[in-house]
Amino acid sequence: MSHSDDATPGHAPTARGYVMGYLAALVLTLIPFGAVYYDLMSQGAILLVIAITAVLQLGVHLRFFLHLDMSQEQRWNTISVLFSVFTMFVMVGGTLWLFYSLYARHMMIGY
Amino acid sequence: MASSPSYDLNRVRAAARADTEVNFGFWAYLMSDVVLFSMLFLAYVNLSQRFAGGPTPADIFSLHGVFLETMALLASSLTFGLAMVSLHQGRKNHIIGWLLATAVLGIYFLWHEVSEFVHIIHEGASFTRSGFLSAYFGLVGTHGAHVFFGLIWIATMVAQLAIKGLTPPIASRLARLSLFWHFLDLVWICVFSTVYLPGILAGGSS
Repeated sequence: MSHSDDATPGHAPTARGYVMGYLAALVLTLIPFGAVYYDLMSQGAILLVIAITAVLQLGVHLRFFLHLDMSQEQRWNTISVLFSVFTMFVMVGGTLWLFYSLYARHMMIGY
Repeated sequence: MASSPSYDLNRVRAAARADTEVNFGFWAYLMSDVVLFSMLFLAYVNLSQRFAGGPTPADIFSLHGVFLETMALLASSLTFGLAMVSLHQGRKNHIIGWLLATAVLGIYFLWHEVSEFVHIIHEGASFTRSGFLSAYFGLVGTHGAHVFFGLIWIATMVAQLAIKGLTPPIASRLARLSLFWHFLDLVWICVFSTVYLPGILAGGSS
């Protein structure tokens, strides 16, 4: 956190890196849209494809666009992302568990 | 290199580092936005089947429209990245050019989203119609509002670059704007994967 007055340039992003990230993200977008458009698999399989490509694309964006890694420059950003993801899982997972358990106990058919 | 002769390029590049205090502080704000959006996603997942006799996702979503929005936002991430490459090369006019390209793509995205909202509301399905629509407008509207403020920010930075040139404080602000803009694309991946594609899928085969 002590570089604000330095003249240390830091890691320079390259056009090549952004174009590679863009192409990877493009492929990972076309796959789920294509799966829904052509509708060739079962609904469960398509949902799985959507989920997997979404997670992969999030990784591509974090790596190529937001430049997250464990280098000196990015370390604290990466650690705060990991903490946020942990917090998110506790809140989202915990709440979903609670609600579905509640629906099950109230036997709300059709949910 | 010639467009910013009065500033040392190393100081400009140092100001754009991720580990300056202001840039890490802005990152911490984005992490709080992660919490905000995860709660909105949670509300959507919980309410996504509560139609109250109103329209279902398949009635109001268009795969074609979402695809165009997604392509525009993804391309805008690339153009913003190229603006940051130009920043590290000290080319002020290139930065302005890429920022304007990003703004055009962002405006296209937002225009598409607003006309989608207007279309849905005209069919009598505003956010008061059902739990599903409340959660939908809450989530997608919050993302759209972020894009709107991002566009205002881009316009501000283009004006500051044009008037003041590529100074270290402006490079520092551009670094934060780039985090903000890429973050919005990240959230959009979650939006089309959680809201649009599963919604259209459920309508298509039933």
